Amino acid sequence: MKPLDKVEGQAMSLPDSDVDTDIIYPARFLLITERQGLGRYAFHDRRDAPGFPIRPDEDSAPPFLIAGPNFGCGSSREQAPWALDGLGIRVIIAESFGEIFYSNCFKNGMLPIHFNLATVTMLHECAIAGNSFAVDLERQQLSVQGMRPLTFDVAAGNREALLNGWSEIACIRALHTDDILHFETAQRAAAPWLWQGKQA
Amino acid sequence: MPRTLYDKLWDAHVVLNDTSGRTLLYVDRHLLHEVSTPQSFEMLRQEGLAVRRPDTQLAVADHSVPTHDRGQPIEDPRAAAQVSLLEKNCEDFGIEYLSLTGDDQGIVHVISPEQGFTLPGVTLVCGDSHSSTHGAFGALAFGIGASECGIVMGTQTLWQTRAKSMRVTFDGVVQRGVSAKDMALALIGRIGAAGAVGHAIEFAGDAVRALSMEGRMTLCNMAIEAGSRTGLVAPDETTFAYVQRRPRAPKGAMSDAALAYWRTLPSDAGARFDHEIRINAAAIAPQVTFGTSPDQVLSIDQIVPADTTAGRALDYMGVQAGTPIAGLAIDHAFIGSCTNGRIEDLRAAAAIARGKQVAPGVRALVVPGSGAVKRQAESEGLDQIFLAAGFEWRDPGCSLCVAMNGDRLPNGARCASTSNRNFEGRQGAGARTHLMSPAMVAAAAITGRIMDIRTMPA
Ligand code: SF4
Repeated sequence: MKPLDKVEGQAMSLPDSDVDTDIIYPARFLLITERQGLGRYAFHDRRDAPGFPIRPDEDSAPPFLIAGPNFGCGSSREQAPWALDGLGIRVIIAESFGEIFYSNCFKNGMLPIHFNLATVTMLHECAIAGNSFAVDLERQQLSVQGMRPLTFDVAAGNREALLNGWSEIACIRALHTDDILHFETAQRAAAPWLWQGKQA
Repeated sequence: MPRTLYDKLWDAHVVLNDTSGRTLLYVDRHLLHEVSTPQSFEMLRQEGLAVRRPDTQLAVADHSVPTHDRGQPIEDPRAAAQVSLLEKNCEDFGIEYLSLTGDDQGIVHVISPEQGFTLPGVTLVCGDSHSSTHGAFGALAFGIGASECGIVMGTQTLWQTRAKSMRVTFDGVVQRGVSAKDMALALIGRIGAAGAVGHAIEFAGDAVRALSMEGRMTLCNMAIEAGSRTGLVAPDETTFAYVQRRPRAPKGAMSDAALAYWRTLPSDAGARFDHEIRINAAAIAPQVTFGTSPDQVLSIDQIVPADTTAGRALDYMGVQAGTPIAGLAIDHAFIGSCTNGRIEDLRAAAAIARGKQVAPGVRALVVPGSGAVKRQAESEGLDQIFLAAGFEWRDPGCSLCVAMNGDRLPNGARCASTSNRNFEGRQGAGARTHLMSPAMVAAAAITGRIMDIRTMPA
């Protein structure tokens, strides 16, 4: 996974609420079994709408996306963050997120940030005005031209993984294999019926 | 301290807690389907890893499979490739795959309970947000992304943060013609599509206890449409009776031990919930969505509101503010999906369709949720009722719920659907979806209009 530490650039404003994963990545493209090169399918069916910030033939976007509430609600499809990643988006800011989408972002080197409604509203205005945005994950700070720097929350584990670009699977195996074995021994004794699978 | 069902399930699966409030949670069961796993297997290959416990994994193809001419090669080459990739990945990694032409194939959330792969007390995940369905058994079940599917296969664990708790109590007895689907939609209408974000919902109350396992699955299935990854119903005699008949459920002495444990799972008296919601089940009327988010929902006797936030949705749906939702003409009807593709759903729809005809100009599809549902329905003669009425009778799969298998609606088509999402483009680019119960969809198919099932002439 590519690390994320500092990101600078412009922001795109998409204030609609409940932008679901079918809007971000329409289901019919789910037949594609790769995860690279999906940027051109992001928001595919919305791009013709007047005022939509990305045009039909574009496959890149600024690194910051300022979104409406409940962004990424709906399905667990990881094609949604992959497609946004394909556009070059690294940081997504919204009042709230679909939960599975939120955690999918961290698995793909993208940073989702929550702010309250008033702050997000200001950020939309800054994005539309073309102000520059900068994030410093180490310091958990967002700086926007024309605004005082803002501090944001992110779970320590997620932050560490992003900063280092760690693959979670390798991390868990390196650090916690013994803990897992220990758990399994206890569960085998307490709930033996869970250990009678076909191949077990 | 008294604990909730969720607390008990969580506590029993903690491998360790880290200092930042995350828990490494042990996963007992992983369901796989063809759409969310190609990249997960790729991840394992890149890292040179095996699947840690193949015995805890079960795979089936459902999303992109055609629902007619089963056994013939899949026409769409991309869908064919996706299905055979799942087959190959399962073979390479030693995972059991329920073949497309076998008896047990079906929608992942329908087959797992049928198989007894879903059990009370387990943690169960799947790269699919409707994994919340399995919470109907008192299992901690939630949807995950493809990367997380890879992590589960490689480690049998996931980093998770404990959710807040919400109890939704449905008091009383529902009216005739009102189903679990209406209860789910009424709740979503009340709290909104993001109303339960960050919360695990426990469904309680007399109207929930009265539901069959099928109804409970419908209710938990749509927890995600309220923003919650997890819906739960405490296991009880209804649960145990369902589970014990299943091929993969524990047998003999193991069954007794399991049962003794399962009986300890319900929330303790006095357990505290972060949020409590009470709904009078007797006051719920049949529900219909009018917009493009599941919380844009009305009772069948209501008027489409002139709410400015739904403006775009009304345009998309071609629905007029200030007009009744009842009476709107449809041209498609879909009965199926992991929400309402079970035997009880087909019985409810068939009871309405019996001896009647689908309205001229309406195309109506019945897609059983699994091979077992299909066989059961056929043994009861439900297929004949549907066929005689002019419905199509299909093979199991997701079909028009997600429209990625060749079943797709044309631009502007209006569909009465038993599925769970009315998002823009969900049933085909430009298609319009109205969510409702199986009986309501059957009634709409017969009369050609969205109508109140309670006033349907016999
Ligand atoms: S039936 Fe629909 S909601 Fe259920 S798993 Fe299939 S696509 Fe998803």
